Amino acid sequence: MSDRSSELTLAQLEVGARAYVRGIRTNGLLRRRLVDLGFVPGSPVEVVMPSPGGDPVVYRIKDTQIALRRSDADLVQVAAEPAIAEGEERAISCGVAFTACNGCTQQKDVPGLNRSALTVALAGNPNTGKSTVFNALTGLRQHVGNWPGKTVTRAEGWWSHGGQRFRIVDLPGTYSLLSTSTDEEIARDYILFGAPDCSVVVADATALERNLNLAFQVLEITNRVVVCVNLIDEAKRWGVDIDIHALSEELGVPTVATAARRGQGLDELKQTIHAVATGALEPSPRRVPYDDELQRAVDDLVPLIEAVIPDLPNARWIAMRLIDGGDDRLREEMANGVLAELAGRIGSGSLRDGMRPDRADVKR
Amino acid sequence: MPAVNKELREVLNRAEDHHRRFDTTVHDQVTEASYARARQIVARSVNQTTGNAPSWQFRLDRILTSRITGLPIMVALLAVIFWITIVGANVPSAFLSGLLREEGGLACWFSDYLGVNAPAVLRVSLYELLHRLASLMTAPSWLAGFFIDGVYLGLAWVVSVMLPPMAIFFPLFTLLEDFGYLPRVAFNLDKIMRRAGAHGKQSLTMSMGFGCNAAGVIACRIIDSPRERLIAILTNTFVPCNGRWPTLILIASLFVAVRVPAHLATVVAAATISAVTLLGIAVTLLVSLALSRTVLRGEPSAFTLELPPYRRPQLGRILYTSLIDRTLFVLLRAIVCAAPAGGLIWLLGAIHIGDATLYQVVAGALQPIGVALGMDGVILLAFVFAIPANEIVIPTIIMGYQNLSRMTELSNPGQLFADNGWTLLTAACVMLFSLLHYPCTTTTLTIWSETRSARWTLLSNLIPLSIALAVCFAVAQVTRALGATIGLHF
Repeated sequence: MSDRSSELTLAQLEVGARAYVRGIRTNGLLRRRLVDLGFVPGSPVEVVMPSPGGDPVVYRIKDTQIALRRSDADLVQVAAEPAIAEGEERAISCGVAFTACNGCTQQKDVPGLNRSALTVALAGNPNTGKSTVFNALTGLRQHVGNWPGKTVTRAEGWWSHGGQRFRIVDLPGTYSLLSTSTDEEIARDYILFGAPDCSVVVADATALERNLNLAFQVLEITNRVVVCVNLIDEAKRWGVDIDIHALSEELGVPTVATAARRGQGLDELKQTIHAVATGALEPSPRRVPYDDELQRAVDDLVPLIEAVIPDLPNARWIAMRLIDGGDDRLREEMANGVLAELAGRIGSGSLRDGMRPDRADVKR
Repeated sequence: MPAVNKELREVLNRAEDHHRRFDTTVHDQVTEASYARARQIVARSVNQTTGNAPSWQFRLDRILTSRITGLPIMVALLAVIFWITIVGANVPSAFLSGLLREEGGLACWFSDYLGVNAPAVLRVSLYELLHRLASLMTAPSWLAGFFIDGVYLGLAWVVSVMLPPMAIFFPLFTLLEDFGYLPRVAFNLDKIMRRAGAHGKQSLTMSMGFGCNAAGVIACRIIDSPRERLIAILTNTFVPCNGRWPTLILIASLFVAVRVPAHLATVVAAATISAVTLLGIAVTLLVSLALSRTVLRGEPSAFTLELPPYRRPQLGRILYTSLIDRTLFVLLRAIVCAAPAGGLIWLLGAIHIGDATLYQVVAGALQPIGVALGMDGVILLAFVFAIPANEIVIPTIIMGYQNLSRMTELSNPGQLFADNGWTLLTAACVMLFSLLHYPCTTTTLTIWSETRSARWTLLSNLIPLSIALAVCFAVAQVTRALGATIGLHF
C-alpha cells in the first residue's frame, strides 16, 4: 500500500479527487516554484477541472486554483492519506519560541519627523487586489514607469496623512521572494536595500495560508511590516471569518482588514502605516524559526558576514540565502562589492533622502 | 582593497561549505516551516464555515473552460469585441476626420449621422483652418505644404483612424481582464500553444495584438519565462492590428465581396477577413514552433497559471488602465512616428522630376519587384512609407495613383484601383502583405525597449519581411502560372 501510494502522482488523479502532497520529484527552479505555491508535504490538493484539451489541469492548493501542465503535475508525488508533515511537527514543537515573544507591538512616542516623505513598499501575491489597495491609497497621485533597466512595470504614488507625506512603491506581485525570477528579485531588493520605512504585505483574506508565506518572507527581512488583509468582504461572503486581532498577535505585527474596492479599512491602514513608518509603533514580528541545524549554520555565518559588510541590515537573511545556494546573483554581488555599496548607502542614510534605491544607481 | 576581498572570499567559501552540506534542502525547509506555521495561525485566527468560492463561480468555470463550450464562447466573445470595435469606431472616426482634416469640416458627419446641417462654424476642418492661417501669413507654399499637407495631415490621419478603435477595444479587453476571464483563455489554449513551443499566455498577448501590436508586445511581460516571452514578442506582428483592419476590410469588400450577389457581400467580406486572421494565427504558431526549435531551442519552462476568482470589474480602474496606460501611450508613440512619415510622403509627392513626382519615379523603379510580388510599385512604396503607421497605406496608394502631393481618400477607390490594373490577385497579395509584412515603427521601438537587444529587434523585422516576400511571390507566381494554363491573365 505504502509502496503504491509513493508512486502516485498528481497527474494520475481523477477530476474531483483529493490527495495530500508527499514530495516533488525534481530539483531546480521548477521545484522552488511548486514549493512556493504550497506544494509542500502534507498539503491537501484537489483536482478541480481539466482544460478543453485535457491538459493543463486546474488544482486547488492552499485555497487557490493553479493550473499545471500534466508533465509538471507528474512530478508532484501525492498520497491518498495525510501523513503528518515534517514541517508541521517542527513548527508545533517550536511553539515555545513564539510564545516567548514579548507582546505584540510596542507603542512609542516619537517627536515629529521632518523627512520630506516616508517610503512605503507594497508587496503581495498576485490577484490579491494589491493594485486596488495601491489606487485606494494614492488616488490619481501616481506615476507609472519601469524599474530601471528592467521591463517590469513600477508604479509609484503619494498621499499625506497626519501632516506627513508618504511615497509608496508598488512591488511586482509574487508568491515568494526566494525563487529569483526578475519580479521576485525586484521585490526583495527593494525591501532589503530600498530600506522602506514601512512594508505593507497585502494578503488575500480568502487564501490567508498561502499569503502568510510571503508575509513571513518579508518579516525575515524587515521588522517594519504592516499586514493588510484585503478582500475581507469577499471572504465574509465565502463564509471565512478572520479574527484580525488574533492574527496580529500571532504575527507580532499590526494587521488591518480592508475591502479596498469599497474603501473599507483604508483610514486605519493609513494610520497604521503612519505609526510604523514614523517609528511610533515598533512591530516585534514572531518569525518562523529555522530548524536547529540550519540555525547553527546561520549563527556561524552571520558574524562573519557582519564583519565584512558592517552596514548590512539583515545578515541573517543573507546567510540563509547563501547557505540555500539558489541565489547566484546575491553571491556574485557580494563578491564584487555591489552588496557592500548598497548596504553602505543604507547605513549613511543617503538612501532615505528620496534617492531611488535602485540597482541602476549603483555603478558596477 | 585586496584584504577585504580576501575576507569576503573566505566568508563566501564558508557559506559554500554549508551549502554543500545542506544541498538544496534549505528552500524546502524554510518554506515548509513557513507554511506549517501559516496553517497553525490560520487554525487559530480563522473561523471557516465553507471557505470556497460561491458555487456560481464553479458553474461558470465549467462552462467557460468546457471541452464543448469553452472555445466557441471564447471565439464568440472575441468576435463580439471586434464587431463592437469596428462598428463603434465608425462614428467617432468620421467625426475626428471631419474635425481634423476633411474639406467642409463636419458638414458630412452632421448630415450622415445626425441628418441635420452642421452649424457654419463647424463646416471647416482644422486642416483648412491651418491652410487659411498659412495664406494669411503668406507662408511659402513649400512650407505650408510640408507642415500642413505632410506632417499635420499624416498625424490627423493616424489619430482619426487609430484613436477610436483603440479607445473602444482596450476598455473592452481590460473589462475581460478585470473580470478574471483572461487567465481562462490562457488555460484553454495552453495545449495548442505548447505544441508550438509557446506559452498559454501568448494567446492573451496575441489577442491584445489585435488591438495594437505595440500593446501586445508590452503585454508579453505577463509571460515570466524569458524564452516563451521572446517567442511571443517576435511573433506578435502576425496578428492584424487596428491599423490594418481598415485596409483588410476595404479590400475584402471592394475586391472579394463584389464578386458575389449583394445579399451575400457582407458575409463573404467577413469570411475573407476571418480567413486572413486565421492565416495570421497559423503563421504565428508556425513561426513560434520554428523559433522554439531553432534560435530559441529549449524546454518550455515551468508553467504555473493562477485562475483567480471572478470579480466584479471596477469601471474607474478599467478606464484608467485602458485609456491612460494603453491607448494614450500607444497613440503618443504612434504620433511621434507618423509625423516625419507625413512630411516625407509630401516631399516625394511634391518634388517633380520632369512630369512625374518623385513618388512615381521611385514607384516606377520598384515596379518590377512589385509585380513579382503580385502588386505594383506604388503599392510597395506605400507599404514602405507606412512603416511608421499602417493606417496610411491606402491613402498613400491613392495619392500615388493620382499623382498628388498629399494623402487622399475617395468614396469609391475601387474604380481607381481597377483603372490601375488591380485584379483579385493584387487584392489578395495586398492583404497578405499587410498581414505578414513587418511591425510598424511604434511596435519596433517597443520591441527594442522590451528586449534591449538589437539582434531580436532586427529579427522581429526580418522574419515577417522574409515571410511576406516569400508568400506574396509564391502566390503571385503560382496564380499567374495556373491562370496562364486556363487562359486567364492576372
